[in-house]
Amino acid sequence: MKRYISAYFTDEENLLSATKILKEKNIPILDVLTPFPVHGLDKILELKDSKLPTVGFIAGAIGTLFAFGFQTWAFVVDYPLFIGGKPHFAIPAFIPITFEVTVLFAAFAMVFAFLFRSRLGFGAKNKIHDERITDDRFLIIIDADEKDDHFEEVKAILELEAAHNIQLKENN
Amino acid sequence: MYVSPIREPLIKGQKTYSQITKDIVAPIEGKPGKAWYMGLTLSLSAMFIGLAMMGYTVWQGIGSWGLNRTIGWGWGITNFVWWVGIGHAGTFISAILLLFRQKWRTSINRSAEAMTIFAIMCAGIFPLIHMGRPLLAFFVFPYPNTRGLWVNFNSPLLWDVFAITTYLLVSLLFWYMGLIPDIGTMRDRVASKTKKYIYGLLSFGWTGSVKHWQRHEKLSLILAGLAAPLVLSVHSIVSSDFATAIIPGWHTTIFPPYFVAGAIFSGFAMVLTLLVVTRKALNLENYITLSHIESMNKIIIATGSIVGIAYLTELFISWYSGVEYEQYAFLNRATGPYWWAYAIMMTCNVISPQLLWFRKLRRNLVFTFILSIFINIGMWFERFVIIVTSLHRDYLPSSWSMYKPTIVEVGIFIGTLGIFFSCFLLFIRFFPVIAIAEIKTVVKSSSEKITKNES
Repeated sequence: MKRYISAYFTDEENLLSATKILKEKNIPILDVLTPFPVHGLDKILELKDSKLPTVGFIAGAIGTLFAFGFQTWAFVVDYPLFIGGKPHFAIPAFIPITFEVTVLFAAFAMVFAFLFRSRLGFGAKNKIHDERITDDRFLIIIDADEKDDHFEEVKAILELEAAHNIQLKENN
Repeated sequence: MYVSPIREPLIKGQKTYSQITKDIVAPIEGKPGKAWYMGLTLSLSAMFIGLAMMGYTVWQGIGSWGLNRTIGWGWGITNFVWWVGIGHAGTFISAILLLFRQKWRTSINRSAEAMTIFAIMCAGIFPLIHMGRPLLAFFVFPYPNTRGLWVNFNSPLLWDVFAITTYLLVSLLFWYMGLIPDIGTMRDRVASKTKKYIYGLLSFGWTGSVKHWQRHEKLSLILAGLAAPLVLSVHSIVSSDFATAIIPGWHTTIFPPYFVAGAIFSGFAMVLTLLVVTRKALNLENYITLSHIESMNKIIIATGSIVGIAYLTELFISWYSGVEYEQYAFLNRATGPYWWAYAIMMTCNVISPQLLWFRKLRRNLVFTFILSIFINIGMWFERFVIIVTSLHRDYLPSSWSMYKPTIVEVGIFIGTLGIFFSCFLLFIRFFPVIAIAEIKTVVKSSSEKITKNES
């Protein structure tokens, strides 16, 4: 059984300053749910940078090598055709397809990496804390240990930043 | 945050977050009006005409089209290039304008991207049926086969296969990833159990967690970075279908940039055609404001002028090159039997957008709507002129010929218009037309409350 404190904000400015204070006091924040990306929030929470660009780069590089290599193999090694005395290894002519395949690989890899890492996908069942989160509420979930004074302390901070509905909840 | 004191608000009417959600979701939650049903009936009928004509083409063969030995590409390829061109605005808006941090794109990117996907689908139909035997269309992909052959990687027609397929798939991914949070909003709002279940499946289990948003933002940025050169590559490759041929009138190096500018030009025209009506019909005037329309009109005048310069450059170079075949091709374009198509193209694409230098006209909805239709027509004729007038005068005068479409070709074109508008009408009925989550990020910096500048 795990206990947590949840509270709602109606404005992202309050949310930002509340998380900042909580972070300074070393109170562990489990998650923040917002209706839209709040800029700067990931910095305050000290989230690690996403590695999606790296995934995209690697997959793109594989795409480049695969497309260029395959065209070269097909036209130089497997089935060299003489077409008006033109070279078999026609680099410029291979570039467009190489580019397209690079983009295709990178895009698919990043989207799948994003979905996989975030545990999102067709029919995925994630806990929806509140239906207003996708509308206009900002929800903060804070880890609560056994002591009650921790709750009081957090509550005081949150109330200062106009949070609503500050509750201690239990998670089975 | 610095807010320019003279900048117009992007969102009018002092909206709160929940009002934004409510306004954008309203057309989906409410019952569709008579106009929607009429529009859908009309476009579905058009679609069925097209499907019948496509069936007829496949059954009877390509001989049912007006093509002949001299003019092997007629309406079919004209329509293909036209639709691909229209499909360029969506990704331009969502990718290139994202990289340039243009906040006004948030109101229009969703619908423009949807339009892109539908347009590319329509475009894909034409090469497919033009092959004559669509069931063998998979021959264009390089798969190991009993013939022991590979496709020709040196051919721009094959590059097209890769470019258009990639463009369709990447646009689809980009669009759908952007939709996920908004489908989440729909899931949390709808009352009916079935709807909630379906939106739940489609929302991919979106929760709005800060880590997901962080990744989502990164993903959008990098996808935009990939999609931006992709848009430019697609029409460059389409133009190579012509530019690498040695037909006078096609064989020019100016084609790639000229086609890309033309594509964005026609794409924005189609976005305006749709949005001028949509914003009114769905009561979204506070989100797609006159300043959005004006911004799009500015892009139209910029790209339209590039197209105009390209036409004039082509004319000049054909004379300056001293090649008599080129000279004849362009003289014949302007004064030959297809002079009327050339005249329509010049009027619609070069002269009419210049009227947008007047601010009054840029902000006039009726004028914008009519002009956007003119540009759609003009850009269709541009492709018709390039394809048909270049082909109809062969090197041998005995092969000179004329081209007239048959009812089958006209029917197929009407059919793709039907498919396009049916898809769009269904889209605005079931998905948020404006990116709800994205527009909430700009409301603090660009709403009326902040800029206090009414105009």
